[in-house]
Amino acid sequence: MKHTLQQIFRSPKFVVGFSIFAAIVLIVIVYPIFITDSPLGIIGQGTFFPPGIYVSAYDSLGSPKYTLNLPDAAAKRVAAKLGDQERADIRDWLVADGIPESEIDINNTEKLLEQWAQNYDPNKKIQGMTFAKQRYYQRLDTSLKGILSTEGAIIAQKNAETGTLEESNAINQADYVNVSEVASVRFLPFGTDNFGRDVLTELVAATRTSLQIGLVAGLVATLIGLTLGLLAGYVGGMVDDIINFVTNLFIVIPSFVLLILISYSVGQEQRGPFLVATVIGLTAWPWTARAVRAQVISLRNRDHVNLSKLSGHSIVHIILTDILPYIASYVIMALILQISSGILAEASLSILGLGPKTTETPTLGLMMNWAMIYQAHIQGRWWAYFPVLMTIALITFSMNLMNTGLDQVFNPALRD
Amino acid sequence: MPSEKQICLSTSGLTKIYGFGAHRTVAVDHVDLKLYEGEVVSIVGESGSGKTTLAKMLLGLISSSEGEVYFQGIKRDISSQKKKQEYWKNIQAIFQDPFSSYNIFNKIDSVLLDCIHMRGGRNLPHAKKVEMMTEACSFVNLKFEELTNKYPFELSGGQMQRLMIARIFLLKPKILLADEPTSMIDACSRATILDMLMQLRKEIGMTVIFITHDIGLAYYVSDTVYIMEHGRFVEFGSADEVILQPKEPYTQRLINDVPKIYEEWDLSTV
Repeated sequence: MKHTLQQIFRSPKFVVGFSIFAAIVLIVIVYPIFITDSPLGIIGQGTFFPPGIYVSAYDSLGSPKYTLNLPDAAAKRVAAKLGDQERADIRDWLVADGIPESEIDINNTEKLLEQWAQNYDPNKKIQGMTFAKQRYYQRLDTSLKGILSTEGAIIAQKNAETGTLEESNAINQADYVNVSEVASVRFLPFGTDNFGRDVLTELVAATRTSLQIGLVAGLVATLIGLTLGLLAGYVGGMVDDIINFVTNLFIVIPSFVLLILISYSVGQEQRGPFLVATVIGLTAWPWTARAVRAQVISLRNRDHVNLSKLSGHSIVHIILTDILPYIASYVIMALILQISSGILAEASLSILGLGPKTTETPTLGLMMNWAMIYQAHIQGRWWAYFPVLMTIALITFSMNLMNTGLDQVFNPALRD
Repeated sequence: MPSEKQICLSTSGLTKIYGFGAHRTVAVDHVDLKLYEGEVVSIVGESGSGKTTLAKMLLGLISSSEGEVYFQGIKRDISSQKKKQEYWKNIQAIFQDPFSSYNIFNKIDSVLLDCIHMRGGRNLPHAKKVEMMTEACSFVNLKFEELTNKYPFELSGGQMQRLMIARIFLLKPKILLADEPTSMIDACSRATILDMLMQLRKEIGMTVIFITHDIGLAYYVSDTVYIMEHGRFVEFGSADEVILQPKEPYTQRLINDVPKIYEEWDLSTV
């Protein structure tokens, strides 16, 4: 036993797969200890906030101010609002307005803005311009106001009695706050999703649920497959014929169609993660049953089984001690594969909207489903689905790698 | 053939057919065997002649296609697990390959303990069980103290086969079916093992069915010899009769196939 474990951990493939898998499991366990937020708690008003560090604008007003004279600050400020695209758009509008193109220099910021301020009229209709484009220019115009100003900004508060504005704070252009001194900062490495939830927190919770679903589905499938395979293989005869018939029946019906039908008929309200997992397990067992049966048939006529019979052992005892240990390595490998395919099956089901109900726990498949429904892929909100995709890929990849590693250890013909 | 002795095991028209249609193979073809109490019977034949299939049918490990087995004159009934267990108290076996005869996950102790339990010793005090196991091991020149908590695969082939004999020593069956017990081990261990088998037979007075492809060995150990070819007995009788004055050409061939030290070996018939 110890020797076998040593051999397994000497297989590079198994070690790499195991490390990835262990890291994922570790994150799933440790992360909720530090971030105790509800994974489905809505924190953002709006959809798909991009990844980044979110600093409270209000709190930063009250934070200690430091004056930093950075030479490129003004240029950066202009560049942030007036990029190449905006400059080209301004030129297009001005040209459409009747200004000759030769008079426009889009690299001369001051002159360009001056021309824009003189000529732009938000109410002017330009032939062939869509309403959306008109709104875009209005927004652009607003954002460009005061862009070249060298003054700071004044924060004023309304006096409750008189109704006049009173200056409460002033911000100079060279004022900076230290992020670590701002009272409220939130790091959202994967931004928020369509509901305004933190994608990372959600992803960790989803990975946890998906792993549990995979484990339950894998255990159910392996247990059924193992029991039927052992019975069919060892008992043989009529029992074998019946079990084989049922197994073949399940193999010829595409299990995914079966899965869809069962999930649909169960109904949205009843579909919790564990019910979905059980349903996946109930449709995934036939290949395990077949493989186990084949292995048992080759084992049942071996001399050690005969000797066990001659020693007066019962069928159950023989199956448990003379057959099962010999196929244990195979069963463990089958279990790993069943777990990873269970996770994939849940993801596929959820993408179709037949996964667990959406109100309690996120799963990897549900996150994909939400991202798809809210068109994250069309809008280019990669953070809503790409981390999920990577997680699914990493889990299945690591499990398959472990499986291949185990195969090399247990199957002498594959050893290097 | 001492006819005044009791018949221990006999068969009538025992047949085993594998497969059907184009794949139909008759492994054992209407075999009639009479086994008298206390004698050593050899069944000799080349590989594929159906010796092992016959042995497994006699043991009740596989069912026969046709024919019956009679144990002590009564038709054998092994229809239930309980009856099988009862039958196996009377007939035991030693298999050809010691390396595949043991469950690699079970320790040697459990192999021997199973035998004590089978003889109704389940409730004996542990010290008594150890004493019995030590006695069995010392009978085959093994030291139980050295074997305890070891796995069978840690032993050599000869030691494993001796452990198999220790098993029989504990079980004390009426009939022992030895299916080529020495064919997988070296010539030196072979003599030891045969010697132990014969000694054990004398000690507990059991009947031995010795299955072998080595006709020389059969002559050395047996009272009666059956020659088996393609699932049938082609010749049988006392060892002297069959081996010294063979009637069948097949028997003649088997005899010629035994290598002799002082004569030139006729390889043409191999």
